[in-house]
Amino acid sequence: MARKNRQVQTDEPVVLMQHVNKWFGQFHVLRDINLRVAKGERIVVCGPSGSGKSTLIRCLNRLEQHQQGDIHVHGIELNNDVKNIDEIRREVGMVFQHFNLFPHLSILENCMLAPIWVRKTPRAEAEKTAMHFLTRVKIPEQAHKYPGQLSGGQQQRVAIARALCMQPQLMLFDEPTSALDPEMIKEVLDTMVELAEDGMTMICVTHEMGFARKVADRVIFMDEGQIIEQNEPEAFFSAPKSDRTKLFLSQILGH
Amino acid sequence: MRQTDKSDPRSTSSISSDAYVRETEAPYLPPPPSEVGIKGWLYNNIFQSMSDFSSPAASMRSLLVAMFTVFVFYFFATQLYGLVDFALLSAVWSDADGVKRQACWTVEQGGSLPEGWHGACWPYIFAKTKFILFGAYPLEDLWRVKTTYLVGSLLLVWVLIEPLPYRKLASLLLLVVFPMFATLMLTGGGFGYSQTTVGLYTLLGLALITLRRLGIAGRLTGVFSDLASVSGIAGWTLIFIAAFMAIIGHDFGLTNIDTRDWGGLLITLVVAITAIVASLPLGILLALGRRSQMPIARTLSIVFIEFWRGVPLITVLFMASVMIPLFMPEGVNFDSLLRALIGVTLWQSAYMAEVIRGGLQAIDKGQYEAADAMGLTYWQSMRLVILPQALKHVLPGIVNTVISVFKDTSLVSIVGIFDLLGATQSTLADAAWSSPVQSPTGYLVVASVFFFFCFGMSRYSIYLEKKLDRGH
Ligand SMILES: Nc1ncnc2c1ncn2[C@@H]1O[C@H](COP(=O)(O)OP(=O)(O)O)[C@@H](O)[C@H]1O
Ligand SMILES: [Mg+2]
Repeated sequence: MARKNRQVQTDEPVVLMQHVNKWFGQFHVLRDINLRVAKGERIVVCGPSGSGKSTLIRCLNRLEQHQQGDIHVHGIELNNDVKNIDEIRREVGMVFQHFNLFPHLSILENCMLAPIWVRKTPRAEAEKTAMHFLTRVKIPEQAHKYPGQLSGGQQQRVAIARALCMQPQLMLFDEPTSALDPEMIKEVLDTMVELAEDGMTMICVTHEMGFARKVADRVIFMDEGQIIEQNEPEAFFSAPKSDRTKLFLSQILGH
Repeated sequence: MRQTDKSDPRSTSSISSDAYVRETEAPYLPPPPSEVGIKGWLYNNIFQSMSDFSSPAASMRSLLVAMFTVFVFYFFATQLYGLVDFALLSAVWSDADGVKRQACWTVEQGGSLPEGWHGACWPYIFAKTKFILFGAYPLEDLWRVKTTYLVGSLLLVWVLIEPLPYRKLASLLLLVVFPMFATLMLTGGGFGYSQTTVGLYTLLGLALITLRRLGIAGRLTGVFSDLASVSGIAGWTLIFIAAFMAIIGHDFGLTNIDTRDWGGLLITLVVAITAIVASLPLGILLALGRRSQMPIARTLSIVFIEFWRGVPLITVLFMASVMIPLFMPEGVNFDSLLRALIGVTLWQSAYMAEVIRGGLQAIDKGQYEAADAMGLTYWQSMRLVILPQALKHVLPGIVNTVISVFKDTSLVSIVGIFDLLGATQSTLADAAWSSPVQSPTGYLVVASVFFFFCFGMSRYSIYLEKKLDRGH
């Protein structure tokens, strides 16, 4: 895990989506999605609300099922085989908008749950790992509290630590700062920036354009279930190609 | 403190002004006396509602509230006094002369108690204690019931009381080993089930558990991996049944006591505890089944729940005692208590299932998603994430149905099984103790025993709710 490793290896993509289509009933929510994410790449996905961003990343760990096309995560094909799904979920961490911490478990127990039951890590080791990652997100002193006793920003950092405890190959973020009060957004973004600098492969759905500028290798713009545009952040922000992107950027940047 | 406020010209002069900017720190003051202490409590809880005499209407209301309060206090006091007087103060405590019923007769009725006397006749209860507690269970074997009670309550205390060590082990003993022990002790065992049956069950159980292991190891695909996920539970249940049969089948040299001789509190506890303990896991499975994506599991659960919930318990008991024997092959004697137990348990589990389903519905979708996303299997996420929260949400509802079934066990008297109420009622027929206070005394005892258990459960659930509260 070399810091600032911007070298993108192209041999084996962590995520490969080919001609993926998905419908909710009659509604065609993902239209011919093609996406390739290399190891160590940091992708920011943005786009208007309802454009299918959440659905896209939720298809990568089978929280939603796609109906057409192929998805490979970490080289494993995502199909109806439970074994494959379980294997993929072990390698993919996810952070949700509303944290989704388990309120009946302490912070430490939240972080130890999956390693113990999914990875069959011995308890002591799981606790060590959990404390390591809680220290990394800077809240080791809260380990024995319950989620309900923490602020939103702290809860989201715990959620990040919880996902990291499984030592995933890929992290998915679904608007991790949208439910937070303004003064807490920074602490979560800082945590994510550090994670990115450590070389984690990340796909973030976010409207934090500062974050996108700082860490993204690529920004993907979605609208009405399609990928409309993708580019390096500088080019994406300074010279958007499509009109929809321009409109979206003008709205989100508030000019 | 007050002086500084007064000396500050702005704080007094600007009270009427709209824009008031404080220049000195407002002091932290203790709450006014009306909020604290006994006086504060009395004021807030009793006198506040009757101290407003500012207008004729308000005075009227205050007076009415005051009168109502006095009336309620008076009513409670007299009722309470009546109870204490009947049960303790005026009660007859001993029958020193051995005259039985005459000990509780007034002069007018031919006894020695004063005219108009009304009190409990405890000697009658003392004389019938054994019957009320154990029914016709043979005296020389009572130690078996008492040992069972002792072991059961020790284990229960061990499980329920927080700081004791090895509570998981104790729960395992209580839920797995104790039922076998209790059945053996109470019935006497020695039923001699065929070893092939026991062996077959064990083998089948082991096979199912192996299937489960293979499922975990990921060696199975498709339908088999679905089956594998439930086969673990089925396997362990079979092993449990096999062990149960092996133990109560073995002859330990205890005399067999026919369940028809059991009675009183013993029956109440056996029926209630079996129904409560067995209906919880059954109810959980049914609730999960009803919310499951698998059409077969869902349909079966719905049919089961709606059927048992739609039938009154009395009907269930009649069906259990009259109908089941009709379907049994000639000569198979299916114990009548066992039939009632099965009936009450299935009936109760339908209610339990609906309560638990309510809890499952209250869980946020995000919890399921987070559990799925981290790779927990269905059963793991249910056991570790969803059920602990769902059961906590509906703890009051669970305790409610538990208390309710505890009392409903009285209905087994209808099919000739004498529970606490039935046994006590049958002692009322004993003319040797007949007196006007005989039945009030008997029913007072029954009510008190039921109240003792139900109130205990209610308090424990309140304690549990507080303990499980995670501050959110
Ligand atoms: N479970 C669902 N059933 C039906 N429609 C859904 C479901 N989830 C999302 N949608 C619809 O799909 C579209 C895309 O949703 P989503 O991926 O959440 O958008 P975004 O995250 O970009 O705001 C929306 O129009 C939404 O209403
Ligand atoms: Mg979304």
